[in-house]
Amino acid sequence: MSNLAILPILLPFLAGVLVAFFHKNLIASRIFSIIATVIHLALTIFIFMSVQESGTYVLEVGGWEAPFGIVIVADPLSALLTMTTAVVATAAVIYAPKSLSRIQEEFYFYSFFFLLIAGVNGAFLTGDLFNLFVFFEVLLMASYGLIVLGNGKAQLRESLKYILINLFSSMLFVTTISFLYSVIGTVNMAQAAERVGEVEQQGVLTVIGILLFFVFATKAAVFPLYYWLPSSYTVPNAVVSALFGALLTKVGVYSILRTFTLIFNYEVDLTHTLFIYLAMFTMIFGVIGALSTNNVKLIIAYNVIPAVGFMLMGIGIFTETSIAGSIYYLVHDMIIKAVLFLLIGAVTYAAGTSDLKKMGGLIHHYPVLGWMFFLSTLVLAGIPPFSGFIGKLLLLQGGLNQEEILIVIVALISSLGILFSMIRIFIGGFWGEADIMDLPKQKPSLAAMTWPVGILLSLSILLGVGAEMFYPAVSSIAEYVMDPELYIESVLKE
Amino acid sequence: MKINSNDLILKTMTSIIAFILLGFSIYLFFAGHNAPGGGFIGGLMTSAAIVLMNMAYGQEAMKSSLPINFRFLFKLGLLIALATGMGSFLFNEPFLSQTFAYFQLPVLGRTELATALLFDLGVYLTVIGITMTIILSIAEDHKEELSE
Repeated sequence: MSNLAILPILLPFLAGVLVAFFHKNLIASRIFSIIATVIHLALTIFIFMSVQESGTYVLEVGGWEAPFGIVIVADPLSALLTMTTAVVATAAVIYAPKSLSRIQEEFYFYSFFFLLIAGVNGAFLTGDLFNLFVFFEVLLMASYGLIVLGNGKAQLRESLKYILINLFSSMLFVTTISFLYSVIGTVNMAQAAERVGEVEQQGVLTVIGILLFFVFATKAAVFPLYYWLPSSYTVPNAVVSALFGALLTKVGVYSILRTFTLIFNYEVDLTHTLFIYLAMFTMIFGVIGALSTNNVKLIIAYNVIPAVGFMLMGIGIFTETSIAGSIYYLVHDMIIKAVLFLLIGAVTYAAGTSDLKKMGGLIHHYPVLGWMFFLSTLVLAGIPPFSGFIGKLLLLQGGLNQEEILIVIVALISSLGILFSMIRIFIGGFWGEADIMDLPKQKPSLAAMTWPVGILLSLSILLGVGAEMFYPAVSSIAEYVMDPELYIESVLKE
Repeated sequence: MKINSNDLILKTMTSIIAFILLGFSIYLFFAGHNAPGGGFIGGLMTSAAIVLMNMAYGQEAMKSSLPINFRFLFKLGLLIALATGMGSFLFNEPFLSQTFAYFQLPVLGRTELATALLFDLGVYLTVIGITMTIILSIAEDHKEELSE
């Protein structure tokens, strides 16, 4: 028993409720939110450290024992992801006041924000499939609140689509769980893993696995279920887009990673080969989307999709190296996507437009922003020695070892495509003469927006340059993930 | 949301039905932790009674006789529910642990008091707060349209 495991869910939840009491008092809400996220960050770092040292924390909620009650499992993978979430959340909350209008901030932004974080952390930490559904709902409820914040016409249109697709996938999710329950009689992930293993995932279990995959694929925006993502991630405010882009799709990827390494790992030839092909198409279509538009926000949103492809590729190849690659990429992508969405928010704020054709010469006015954007482009595309490179290197190594040549080639080409789509923003938006755009004489200061992003970006660079430092932790997590017995033992304590 | 300003039948019936509804919702709320019922269903029934009274007597009358800020109510409810869950931290028990004991109370005699009831109270307040906020904001929308 350790209550530590549930604190990353409770703390944001409590903060979200408390901040709702004084939502009209902006100064107090801002200070309170920053303090709460910093405490949350410190807590998740502490949990990660102690999980690394003394093994998985399992909390049986209400004292009900493992297969019967609800379990919260803080294992190395979950702890790593909650820690990354906390990092992104801290930067986002510092950035928020500058980016949101007064009325948006007053309208429970911080409450929704904290509930979103609680939902995301819950999805990472739960050891129970039904509770995974519950936490998906928690984070979706919060995201519905965030996506309509501001009440624009486009926002209402896109949020309707977003709500419909998510309602449908939630329905499918709960149906699938009831299928699974009727077959194996449990929703506890550890026990499900054990029971599926006993019959070696025969017959209908593989179908259920694939149904679950489609549910998670909708959240993660895998081909062919990505069509809802680009427009619904561009319409909300920059900081909301950053939270969505950094956290929500990653919850889907994490769920695929968890269920298909822990529970459904016996029909690898069928399921995981399917993942490889879907990953390939996800990369191709994501990159084509990113190259097809001149809207800078849309370019970034499309870039979420190939990244999901990369992570799925690692899960599909299913070796220790490739899973390590996926985990590295997951952490890298959470941070860099937050950086990019926040930076592009600053760019559109400075330029007053998100149309690339109307931009130009921004680097003369905002040199810091320009160079930060350039650096993050390199990080995203995976130019060595940045963090994208380490993740991709591991993925490609894993692919080559398994002789999956086609996906390796597609991955390399789509990396180039990603680089090209991002450099287009840099060339179109930042290069050129200083007087291409008639910006107001009194330029708004972007310092409040750039410094939290700067911290995130430097973390991201550190993740690549200091790979020597982080890699052992990631590879030990991959080793742990590839051995489901460890998870089962720590939860069921046999 | 007032349908007809002089609906005698509705008003007379409401004063009876709302009374029964409120009584039954409180019964459900207390039955909750070991029989069918609970904070959620009790809260729904209470808000049904309040909505009914709103329809019969109009919002203005209700505002003066029941001056509750429903938005505050659900925040309070959430806080209570969360706090009772976290109360177990003080006793070094897992989150959401509950306990119960029997007490001799003056009028009721030997009564079972459970900590789950406190959690249910949080749920009860949240449900009333949320449903009333939703219904009243839709009703006020309608009123604005009429006045335009």
